[in-house]
Amino acid sequence: MHEMSIAMAVVGQVEEAAGPGGVRAVESVRLQVGELAGVVPDALRFCFELVCAGTVLDGAELSFDPVPGRARCEPCAREWDTGMPPHLCCPECDGAAAELVSGRELRITEVRWAPEPQPESQPEPQPQPAVDRE
Amino acid sequence: MCRVEDLQRAVLAKNDRGAEALRTELAARGTVIVNLLSSPGSGKTALLEAELTLARRRGVPVAAITADLATENDATRLARSGVPVKQVLTDGLCHLEADMLRSHVEGWLPDDTRLLFVENVGNLVCPASYDLGESLRVALASVTEGEDKPLKYPSAFGLAQLVIVTKTDIAEAVEFDEAAFLGNVRQVNPGVEVIRTSARTGEGTGGLLERAMAVQAGAAVHRPVMARQAVAHGHSHSHSH
Ligand SMILES: [Zn+2]
Repeated sequence: MHEMSIAMAVVGQVEEAAGPGGVRAVESVRLQVGELAGVVPDALRFCFELVCAGTVLDGAELSFDPVPGRARCEPCAREWDTGMPPHLCCPECDGAAAELVSGRELRITEVRWAPEPQPESQPEPQPQPAVDRE
Repeated sequence: MCRVEDLQRAVLAKNDRGAEALRTELAARGTVIVNLLSSPGSGKTALLEAELTLARRRGVPVAAITADLATENDATRLARSGVPVKQVLTDGLCHLEADMLRSHVEGWLPDDTRLLFVENVGNLVCPASYDLGESLRVALASVTEGEDKPLKYPSAFGLAQLVIVTKTDIAEAVEFDEAAFLGNVRQVNPGVEVIRTSARTGEGTGGLLERAMAVQAGAAVHRPVMARQAVAHGHSHSHSH
């Protein structure tokens, strides 16, 4: 299933962002999903739960921000909703010069990390004098 | 307290980076990748066999990688053309990814190869999301698959730089409505070239090879509307490459 690979890529990106060691737990992940990205949110959510088991994302919530497909024909200065399946010919001139304004997004926009563990379990790497600290 | 991080990462960024690296690396030695997407039974293997045989006859150094979930039948068929052919078993994975392709190319692909044809896993959904470092992406559909195929799989057809219709010899028998099919292709990918082929009658044989050779020689390639997304305001991903 396609969404399984996408879910694995999401987990991989978040683990990478967690940094070496990757010990911080994740509470939620927010995804921007374009109408033309070829991803079914429900299927992705299902796969995400499976893939997260046993990782720092175990139990993390996945939320979606859908982005509509929009196209624009520069010569006509015309912008339209593409719909799905998309209409990508310009409705004004019937030309092929359009470009997408939005719709193919597949992006992690936000990660909510769980509270940090107790300070004593995380040794401070830079031993600096404790002056001027808030 | 929670920490919220504004991440702004493309989910498939790792694959995209791998694909770009492979494209650059192969371009430096004069090789381009042709990525072929289709449903099972679309006649892709027959088409490719004919193109590879023709390439060999014309003395064009080509090679092919065929990706499959489990069997090796396609590789055996393609090997009859006499060009280097490699089978990649994806072990259940529904598509190839750039790094997988690279690992199979390394140490195997002859240095003088001009065209590397990649027969992707037989489905039109998953492979559409993965750039393999190709310079020409081709979507195939046989006349038996129905005129609405491009609308059912808009990413596969919308991102294709060339569309090939196969099995045209039976178009009449299956009442293939070519005008409707072309209209649907145009709806999701205006301006893309569509070529008709039949492995049985030989119609269109050599068309794929010619287009691929032109790309290899530096000809401009069709840029599908779907592949032309304007940089989103304030949400562009990293510009560092
Ligand atoms: Zn227009």
